[in-house]
Amino acid sequence: MNKKQKKMLARILVAAALMVVLSLLPLEGYVRFGLFMVPYLVIGYDILKKAGKGILNRQVFDENFLMAVATVGAILLGEYTEGVAVMLFYQIGELFQSYAVGKSRRNISALMDIRPDYANVERDGIVEKVDPDEVEIGTTILVQPGEKVPIDGVVLEGKTALNTSALTGESLPREVAEDDEVISGCINMTGLIRVRTTKKFGESTVSKILELVENSSSRKSKSENFISRFAKIYTPAVCYGALALAVLPPLVRMLALGLSAEWGVWIYRALTFLVISCPCALVISIPLSFFAGIGGASKEGVLVKGSNYLETLSKTKYVVFDKTGTMTQGVFEVSGIHHAVMDEKKLLEYAALAESASSHPISKSLQRAYGQKPDRGRVADIEEIGGNGVTAKVDGVPVAVGNYKLMKRLGITYEECHQVGTVVHVAVDGAYAGHILIADVIKPSAKQAIEKLKRAGVRKTVMLTGDRKNVAEQVARELGIDEVYSELLPADKVSKVEELLAGKGEKERLAFVGDGINDAPVLSRADIGIAMGAMGSDAAIEAADVVLMDDDPVKIAKAINISRKCIRIVYENIYFAIGIKLLCLALGAIGVANMWMAIFADVGVMIIAVLNAIRALFVRKL
Amino acid sequence: MKKTYKIDVDCANCANKMEEAAKKTAGVKDATVNFMMLKMIVEFEDGQDPKSVMKEVLKNCKKVEDDCEIYL
Repeated sequence: MNKKQKKMLARILVAAALMVVLSLLPLEGYVRFGLFMVPYLVIGYDILKKAGKGILNRQVFDENFLMAVATVGAILLGEYTEGVAVMLFYQIGELFQSYAVGKSRRNISALMDIRPDYANVERDGIVEKVDPDEVEIGTTILVQPGEKVPIDGVVLEGKTALNTSALTGESLPREVAEDDEVISGCINMTGLIRVRTTKKFGESTVSKILELVENSSSRKSKSENFISRFAKIYTPAVCYGALALAVLPPLVRMLALGLSAEWGVWIYRALTFLVISCPCALVISIPLSFFAGIGGASKEGVLVKGSNYLETLSKTKYVVFDKTGTMTQGVFEVSGIHHAVMDEKKLLEYAALAESASSHPISKSLQRAYGQKPDRGRVADIEEIGGNGVTAKVDGVPVAVGNYKLMKRLGITYEECHQVGTVVHVAVDGAYAGHILIADVIKPSAKQAIEKLKRAGVRKTVMLTGDRKNVAEQVARELGIDEVYSELLPADKVSKVEELLAGKGEKERLAFVGDGINDAPVLSRADIGIAMGAMGSDAAIEAADVVLMDDDPVKIAKAINISRKCIRIVYENIYFAIGIKLLCLALGAIGVANMWMAIFADVGVMIIAVLNAIRALFVRKL
Repeated sequence: MKKTYKIDVDCANCANKMEEAAKKTAGVKDATVNFMMLKMIVEFEDGQDPKSVMKEVLKNCKKVEDDCEIYL
């Protein structure tokens, strides 16, 4: 508790004690009034002051005003205990709310406690602790066991295991050795490593994530906007209702029915109205639920960029995947060389050299199979043909490396491959020279991921890929994906997603899941873009609405389940709070509910709603 | 241009009111108050001086909610 809260707690205790003692004493008249004023002012002086200021600033209908009118009214009617009690419970509610909000603020910032405080920079053999912000790119830093990696970089020396759980929710440590990339925010567990930084602190993964998380609840959801609109109408409406309740029935009784007016009874009922009219429970519990939901998700390695995305995610009925890197490892291995007209090694050498400038996964696996560092000096005139392949001159000989489309384009007859995988055809000097088969490995959890999505109520799963039809269909069959579209260029993926968007129901949402590297247009076109394996990829963090830190596809279903739970809590709170308030208003109007019930409708509902909201934080088992 | 300011306010409804007040201030294109993070994100209209606009924003916020603070 902070100082303000402690002071409030003291005021509450003093006022409560005084109130109990005074209500037991047999006091009469002005003495009773005077003595009750003591706890009343102790607990309520700031409310009265704020209410007065509000009137001066023409901000009449705020909760301070309501509480002031309700309690002053009760005191004028001689209901001293109730007047003090309303103020007392209102303050208890406020204190609880501020405590709960502060607590969850701290909880969630502790969850995301990945900000490194310092970096160990080695200068002339002396290690100095400096602010990570001051470290230039290319500086050598030391990371000792138990410390956080402060800045993204490459290991120069040493090997260790890194704990990435703060970033990914993954408890298995990641082994790194020389030349491996390390990502800021991970905790070094076992050995000392020397790291050359490749980014500034502000551009490092940890800064990007912190920025994303801290700004996440700024994008408001529809429910939040609904509540702020509702609060704006609700409070004045109930106030006018209270006024009408105080004035109209007595007048009707007096003038039309000829009965006694009973002003006291009706004013008392009107005052209970005012006590119920405070929209606090709603206004606090809805953003708190979203905040807790987003916080809980980030603990699991699912970063959601705003409450609105959490809302969209919960309505997801269509999930569209990119194949490579999402459902499959994206690590291609050469699994065979067929129909080679020359030595297989020579063929591989031609292919590896021609593709040496490309960063495509296929090229990487060719390089790996080639096993040597390609001598770029032997390659000239490299031309990439998107979706087809590469043509280049290797040692002055024209070489074409790519899929069958490239062969068709060049008018070269090629041999079909009968095995499943990606086929890289190679033509040397204008003649077909054979093909290299590259196979991608399906992620071990991919099948389970699809099953979980189905269980989470996703109606249709679709896979889009630039890969060949037989490869795509085999993967889809194995995983149980409903629809598959293959041999798509990046632009085709966008139009396919647009087609799917046009075909779905109005309240259904479509999510696209990609690895974020070349999916940016599709990610932004879908209702909600989910990027996977984002650790270390800024592009993915920028383009997507939801970011899965590791590349486990099971997290997609988890993200959807988290969003469902959070939205369910939001609706529970909306219905519960509005329901109870309306009920108490109705009961208050006919005189069944007294002021004590009104206090429950106000403070009790708020406390229950806040506690319910905090439930959104617990998402581990989803 | 967008800027983020740290704020201090006690209740969520008051935060909503601050947001309204900030939005209505001349020179402010859009404003969002994030009660949970205690932050105000203000988007200024082109050619406006954030400092002088923020002074007005603070004044307007104080009007709707006396017990609030924006750390400029």
